[in-house]
Amino acid sequence: MTAITPRDLPAPIGLLAELTHRCPLGCPYCSNPIELDARAGELDTATWQRVFGEAAALGILHVHLSGGEPLTRRDLADLVAHCAHVGLYTNLITSGVGLTRPVMTRLAEAGLDHVQLSIQDSEATSADHIAGYQGAFARKREAAALVQEAGLPLTVNAVIHRANVARAGAMVALAITLGARRVEIAHTQYYGWGLRNRSALMPSRDEAKRAIAEIERLKVLHAGTIVIDHVAPDYHARYPKACMGGWARRSLNVTPSGRVLPCHAAETIPGLEFWSVATHALSTIWADSPAFQAYRGTDWMQEPCRSCARKEIDWGGCRCQALALAGDAAATDPVCMLSPNHAVVAAIAEAEGVQPVAEGPIDYVYRRMPARSGASSASD
Amino acid sequence: MISLALDSKPRLPRGVRLKHDAVRNEWTLLAPERVLKADLVAVEILKRCTGDATITAIVDDLASAFKADRTRIESDVQTFLADLAAKRMIDL
Ligand SMILES: C[S@@+](CC[C@H](N)C(=O)[O-])C[C@H]1O[C@@H](n2cnc3c(N)ncnc32)[C@H](O)[C@@H]1O
Ligand code: SF4
Ligand code: SF4
Repeated sequence: MTAITPRDLPAPIGLLAELTHRCPLGCPYCSNPIELDARAGELDTATWQRVFGEAAALGILHVHLSGGEPLTRRDLADLVAHCAHVGLYTNLITSGVGLTRPVMTRLAEAGLDHVQLSIQDSEATSADHIAGYQGAFARKREAAALVQEAGLPLTVNAVIHRANVARAGAMVALAITLGARRVEIAHTQYYGWGLRNRSALMPSRDEAKRAIAEIERLKVLHAGTIVIDHVAPDYHARYPKACMGGWARRSLNVTPSGRVLPCHAAETIPGLEFWSVATHALSTIWADSPAFQAYRGTDWMQEPCRSCARKEIDWGGCRCQALALAGDAAATDPVCMLSPNHAVVAAIAEAEGVQPVAEGPIDYVYRRMPARSGASSASD
Repeated sequence: MISLALDSKPRLPRGVRLKHDAVRNEWTLLAPERVLKADLVAVEILKRCTGDATITAIVDDLASAFKADRTRIESDVQTFLADLAAKRMIDL
């Protein structure tokens, strides 16, 4: 494939709008960056609405309203209404904390299409310990009931790590009880706070394997009742996954302060230049932003990807993983068995095997805003 | 493949909607985390999934509208809707 000209540039499908980094919870696995954006720097209502209009014109179909906790934005219903007005499908990705009946009613009336509710565990004590928030579990049950009452479809999302890996199946059962049509079981991706807490989060290899097998079994068992989307770690695979469906091919991510990223972890790659919605139109960013152009298509590839038949199938895997494991974001993802660095992956998979089984509460570095940033306390 | 009851009345649930995508000039079925391209046959079936018409009525209607073989249409509708039901994208 030659350099991409705007003419054959595919239009993006999804926009992840990180409306804020404020959040009452403190999940140690949180993929948000350690350097959280302060409230003072957040895009205002009018700017987000302009971005959503530009997104629809660009061909975006789905908008994922996320964060941080999107419910901390008082203008959330106005943003949803604007998305509906310009024809975008809206998905609210939430911890559920802050979802009261009046808020749910306003969001439903504004035209919200779908709610994705995250849970930390199937047991209240453990769930609240992981969230770093007393009573979070009970609030999530209430939130799920409110979503049902409003007649909106519900997806439950659970992130798997050492403290809850033994209850992966129980979390699927909880999702069914909560009335979800879909459940996402995602093994922790080690970015941001998740990377900071990696040693406390990494399950033993046996536990991870058991959980993966159980989820695969439940997928078949519950077919037609609940759809299980399983994001398993790819350390044991032969080839990598097409991360993000290929860099800068399908989606964009806008941070609370307006920087536009090809994926939520792209800022971990040093030297990339990101453009902001404050200075550029979304279509210009999609076509020309240096960060998007850096690994778009196949021209940037090294061997073995460059001459590989799979290069437009998996697009060389994950750039962030290549950086983390091979020290070079333009390298073949070391998960690939053809990568000269593949041994690193095998070594990590081995190291996972020696993690102790969790006994009692684990100590975490909870995700928190810096106290004096003016970002305000987590609860406002 | 499961076979759907002919007297059930399929309906798109909230959160699943048919949209004409002006940028790509095609019909799409939007659902949570899913975008399905809808071809002309799919669009005609989906437009009739209002919750008022039974599968039998939908098949009759399509067969007369398109002057097509009823048996084939019934099997197309069955296959299409059973697949959507497995994805929880249609209520029956
Ligand atoms: C960062 S959160 C923001 C929205 C909201 N606060 C919530 O937790 O649902 C977005 C989604 O990513 C998931 N998530 C967070 N950290 C993750 C990680 N390290 N690996 C995989 N998924 C993660 C959450 O469970 C949630 O579904
Ligand atoms: S700390 Fe938890 S609830 Fe808050 S943004 Fe991160 S994953 Fe979501
Ligand atoms: S060499 Fe590159 S393109 Fe080929 S399978 Fe491995 S990661 Fe994919």
